[in-house]
Amino acid sequence: MAPGVGKTYRMLQEGRQAREERRDVVIGYLEPHDRPDTLALAEGLEEVPRLRTAHGGLELEEMDVDAVITRHPALALVDELAHTNAEGMRNAKRYEDIEEILEAGIDVISTVNVQHLESLNDAIFELTGVRVRETFPDRVLDDADEVVLVDLSPEELRDRLRAGKVYPKAQIKVALENFFRKDNLEALRELVLREVAEDVEARRQPSVLEPFSKQAVAERILALIEPQPKSQRILRRAWRSSQRLGAEIDAIWVRPRGYEPSEEEATQLAALRRLASVLGIHLLEIDGDDLVAAVREVATERGSTYIFVGTPDESRRREIFGGSLLSRMVRELPGLDIRVIADRAQKKAPA
Amino acid sequence: MSVLSFWRRKPHPPASGRRLLVPFTGGELDPVVLDAAIRIARAEEATLVPAYLIVTPLEFGLDAPMQKQVELAVPLLEAVEHAALRAGLPVDARVEAGRTPIHALQRLWEVERFDRILVPAPVGRDGGFTPKELQWILVHAPSETIILRPDPTLSEGLRLARTLDAA
Repeated sequence: MAPGVGKTYRMLQEGRQAREERRDVVIGYLEPHDRPDTLALAEGLEEVPRLRTAHGGLELEEMDVDAVITRHPALALVDELAHTNAEGMRNAKRYEDIEEILEAGIDVISTVNVQHLESLNDAIFELTGVRVRETFPDRVLDDADEVVLVDLSPEELRDRLRAGKVYPKAQIKVALENFFRKDNLEALRELVLREVAEDVEARRQPSVLEPFSKQAVAERILALIEPQPKSQRILRRAWRSSQRLGAEIDAIWVRPRGYEPSEEEATQLAALRRLASVLGIHLLEIDGDDLVAAVREVATERGSTYIFVGTPDESRRREIFGGSLLSRMVRELPGLDIRVIADRAQKKAPA
Repeated sequence: MSVLSFWRRKPHPPASGRRLLVPFTGGELDPVVLDAAIRIARAEEATLVPAYLIVTPLEFGLDAPMQKQVELAVPLLEAVEHAALRAGLPVDARVEAGRTPIHALQRLWEVERFDRILVPAPVGRDGGFTPKELQWILVHAPSETIILRPDPTLSEGLRLARTLDAA
């Protein structure tokens, strides 16, 4: 998530665990940041010697990719995936080194802070005012077999910082007042939680799930409307619920085949389209003579989990002979929650 | 027998078929204006059309979702709709976007018919229509237009009473 949350520590724990399981583990590159706990955890794990290179009067150390590949362990631990290599190295970026190691048939565990993800670069800049230069392409994370979130609450992280567990004493005050501000850390944490949630969702195996719950973790609302004033309320109620659920909303009008809306209905439909656009709702109009079948098709295609429907104004006679629409929906749309939005206009006004 | 057929049924329009537009913007509708609108619509057996006007900045398309303004508009429309329905009035609420409140209003009355427009004038508070906008509405509105400036003391009194009711 951010420097100091314990990514390197967690990577080393994973490495030690793998070694206990009798896997051949080496450290390809470790950035201990002079943190005693981290150094202690690295003790006993074989470290592949690094390459030394001179740059501008400084001696820099980089991962020796060839040495790691020649050593050919089962698992290599490589810290700081987004790192930019010193000039003269074969690859400009460490993630490219990692790709070479992977191609050689070696598993890799690496660490990275969320702010280095390319697609989040602008968002991070807007949130924190810091433009992160070292980025890596999203596909690197997408290709990973597993992404583990190393999470720490902003207050805990600030406590670690104050205790000198992240940066040397001289840097603590500046860090607390800048990048490590609580609001910054909260925003970063939210970003990383969303990113990992999306990653988890993308990795789910739909084949083992019910067809109606392909995206059951993320709620998606489907509002059934018709060109009537009461549909305005259905869209508004759906929008309010979507705010609580963090859900996308689709709305559909199932138009009977060959049906031409009246002038009044066309006006209502246009107003519903305008409302849908300001609310960020995807409004679909589809032709069909069987409402429930059409809803089932759209719900399956869009991954809907929650249906919003107005009170059907069906007559008692129709209900008895044709069957209630709601009963049919419950029966034929298994796995979908159905919410009926009351038509307030049907409430009796006080005398 | 098709289950679809009952989705096609039209709502019961009010006897007169008249429509009273009450446009508002800026996150509030004065309760005195709302009461007046309800009284007028009731007397005329008209449908009340409360319309919240959203201002879309130029950098966004006019059909762009406007989260912050919608957060104000939706609960407000729900409250207005509830008050009207309690009074037995049919309601047909709207949210309309434009570059300015006037632009939004113009877009609305270009595509829908209204028999009367009741426009709230501000009572010493921020938000709502400016005097210049009210003047524009008087000149350009396509229907009979009422600009209603509520008695400030009455407005405050009603608001206080509602707050106490709610408590």
